[in-house]
Amino acid sequence: MGNDTTWTDNALGRKVPSRIAGKPCRSFLGAFIDSTQAKHEKTKNGQLRRSSGMTQRQKPNKLVASWDELFERLNIQDGATISFHHHLRNGDRIVNEVVGRLAAKGVCDLTLAPSALFPVHNALLPYIRSGVITKIEGSMNGTIGAACSRGEIPKTCVLRSHGGRQRAIQEGDLPIDVAFIAAPCADSFGNANGLYGPSACGPLGYAKPDSEYAHQVVVITDNLVPYPCSSWSIFGGNVDYVLQVESIGDSSQIVSGTTLLTKSPTQLVIARLAARFIEAAGIMQEGFSFQAGAGSISLATIVFLAERMRKAGVKASFAHGGATKVLVDLLKEGLLGSIVDLQSFDLDAVRSCAENARHIESDPYSSYGPYARGCVANMLDVAVLGATEIDLDFNVNVVTHSDGMLLHGIGGHSDVCSSAGCTIITAPSFRKRIPIIKEQVTTITCPGEAVDVLITERGISINPNREDLIWRAKKFDLPCVDIAQQMNDVYRITGKPEKPRFTELPVALVEWRDGSIIDTVWQMAE
Amino acid sequence: MSNSEQSEAGFLSKSDCIVRYEPSQEPLSIEVRSSVRALFETQIRQCVLRIFQEFDVTKGRIAIEDDGALDLVISARVEAVLRQAGYLSQMKTMSPEKGKYGVSLVSSNGAGFTQSSRRVRLYMPGDQPHFAVNADFYGADILIFDLEDSVAQSRKCEARILVRRFLENSFLFRKSARAVRINPLSTEESMLDLAEIVPAKPDIVLLPKCETADDIKRLDALLSEHENRCGTMPGGIQIMPIIETAKGVLAARGIACASKRTSGLCFGYEDFSRDIQSSSDILGKALLMHSGSMHQIDSLLARETIVLAARAAGIEPYDSSYGDIDNTEGLLMSCYEARALGFAGKSVIHPSQIPYVRKAFMPTAEELHQAQAIVAAYEESFSTGKGAIVVDGQMVDIPVVEKARRIIEEFDYGE
Repeated sequence: MGNDTTWTDNALGRKVPSRIAGKPCRSFLGAFIDSTQAKHEKTKNGQLRRSSGMTQRQKPNKLVASWDELFERLNIQDGATISFHHHLRNGDRIVNEVVGRLAAKGVCDLTLAPSALFPVHNALLPYIRSGVITKIEGSMNGTIGAACSRGEIPKTCVLRSHGGRQRAIQEGDLPIDVAFIAAPCADSFGNANGLYGPSACGPLGYAKPDSEYAHQVVVITDNLVPYPCSSWSIFGGNVDYVLQVESIGDSSQIVSGTTLLTKSPTQLVIARLAARFIEAAGIMQEGFSFQAGAGSISLATIVFLAERMRKAGVKASFAHGGATKVLVDLLKEGLLGSIVDLQSFDLDAVRSCAENARHIESDPYSSYGPYARGCVANMLDVAVLGATEIDLDFNVNVVTHSDGMLLHGIGGHSDVCSSAGCTIITAPSFRKRIPIIKEQVTTITCPGEAVDVLITERGISINPNREDLIWRAKKFDLPCVDIAQQMNDVYRITGKPEKPRFTELPVALVEWRDGSIIDTVWQMAE
Repeated sequence: MSNSEQSEAGFLSKSDCIVRYEPSQEPLSIEVRSSVRALFETQIRQCVLRIFQEFDVTKGRIAIEDDGALDLVISARVEAVLRQAGYLSQMKTMSPEKGKYGVSLVSSNGAGFTQSSRRVRLYMPGDQPHFAVNADFYGADILIFDLEDSVAQSRKCEARILVRRFLENSFLFRKSARAVRINPLSTEESMLDLAEIVPAKPDIVLLPKCETADDIKRLDALLSEHENRCGTMPGGIQIMPIIETAKGVLAARGIACASKRTSGLCFGYEDFSRDIQSSSDILGKALLMHSGSMHQIDSLLARETIVLAARAAGIEPYDSSYGDIDNTEGLLMSCYEARALGFAGKSVIHPSQIPYVRKAFMPTAEELHQAQAIVAAYEESFSTGKGAIVVDGQMVDIPVVEKARRIIEEFDYGE
């Protein structure tokens, strides 16, 4: 100890260092006096640390009586960023409710940070036009995306994958003022899950980063249960306020995925071919793992893959991503060791998530976190995904259509593509008259280096950098087609589409998982 | 030009368009509404203009409501409204269009289809383009454009125009043979059907309600007449009679031998049971059996007769379709039954039925081995650059390799 150590007396009169070995120390002030004083100070990770709300020995009272009381306590200012999750899908009532109430209070210039939006959120359009919402970060779908494309959202928006969103929140790139978390089941302390109650939706993980890093966190529930709520996806310790409402969502709309096998002959041809490829490529080994979304082709691929697994006597260790009845049935059958579920697409999945210990609820950090030391997606052997466009370099577009209109979010697409052992894009070679293979995609959301295989009804195109897969496909006599050949074959049928026309105005930036900008979405001309 | 009323063709459904034409003395105006307008408006307009030039029409108003129809479909719809309005094409013969990329679209792939590769025949309504656009990938051996029962009387004209346009774009059908089911010879429609489609060279013409050997002889002569008219060698188009009446069954033997063009005998159950006034349903209901398992007991003798007539003539017998699209188990039973009776294949009315028929009519192990030998020999010649290949004394060309590949693929579908 030398000069870099100094001493003082604390509140109890004890001699304690105010600095030791050069490092400053805080002196004890009292059991209920926060020695840090500062609210919202930054930790060395750049994270925002919130000071304790506990100034005395007490059971925290987080329950607020009404929306009015809630907004009084939150004191949301113009220019604030508010966030939401999308587990209630098209049944969600909370996003529209919150924005509507803030608009009524005259709050404007809000940044909306949803993990995804659905058609029900088209009701936000008037608030975009009136300046209540001036920016969206995360995901823009359908009508809201189209409004963005037309340049109706004043500030340049940001599109992120689920993993990218988690990273941006953790790193402080997306500071959230208030996170509104609709919870199908919660207690007065703020512990919450999505498993039980009239609005049960399964996992609640997309709200987890928001609950951990937002300045203020509100849990809104229509199913307040006595403390402690059994199993918590959202930790009450992260929650500031709890509001009880009549209904957070329309349960009939919460689950919108269809579990019926598609009748589209083209989709069935693609799905059969994808399943055949997965087996022939040697991926369908005992204990392998896969992710396939809830799109018609992905679902059908799982059905045909399961047929092959039965025939070959092979079991998969786990499936990842959105859960459906198809996966739940495979889990029950024993063909699947477990389901790692980020989002339930139907009631069978919701029930299974609540009841089956092998149906594991996940969150964006665990599933897709770019700065995690590996995520669930890294453990995948194969992923079957969709795309709106793919180009000759295998670059993929999942956000804009060929006419330039922004219509979809990225979801977990980039995260899975760049993590799974083999990434397969399945899509019809043309939709209506619009080819999906182009010289250049309208928007790049995922670089070709992370995309291995394209499967259409016309055959299998394999990225030249996957010689191993090319060799396997040849060996098993699969119908391989050069991607340029596919494009030209389709052009011959459809004609070559005109190029979409844009203005000079950027309407949204597409972030790669690490926060770097991979592409710009431009305002559509006219 | 006979009337000044508005004419209309097409449907407002995916891959199709509705075209309305109203004659007037004003210069031609084209209105385009389309779900793919941003990307294809220019091409849609060019396509419309091309057809108007073909018909040498420069006046009137045309409106298109489009949901992603291909050029060939738009062409067919525009042609239909012009012909309804009384105009005639000014082109000498309907010569097949040149492909967009300078490649002629004329080719006949009928040659590659040998007798044994016809397990599945897919019926598609001739007035709707939706399935036809991608039908080559559905796994059917023969694609049947239907001009008969699935097309309403008022749509017959536009249907045969659409079918002709599909036939002309034969590059869309590299794997499957192209067939047309025309209307029965007793109808006037059948004459119009043949005049329209023969120049576009379908591989096969299916004749419904075939009842006598004379029907076939007449059709043979008509085909030759049309083939001569458009300067192609007579005999290229095959005939498949559909036997679906009591009279037809009793004449099956003569029908099977009536023409060299005849390459298979088809059975049509629905019309047959109506014709003989049977009610096999009663039995099925009484026994609470799966529809599919021996449900067509009323047709047992007819079907066996057709099998015998076909086999005796050295051609293949094909069974009727299975109508309950959602009942895959019933479909499979019905296929196994057909195979047990000696049929070489079955027709389907929806593409989702195809894998089940393929499965039921899966090739034998012997066929599989031969197919594997052919593919192996072909691959080897490919790498060594050797020209002609012969396997088991058979010349191996591309269609043979394609067929071999399909047999291998079929095996993959099995249990």
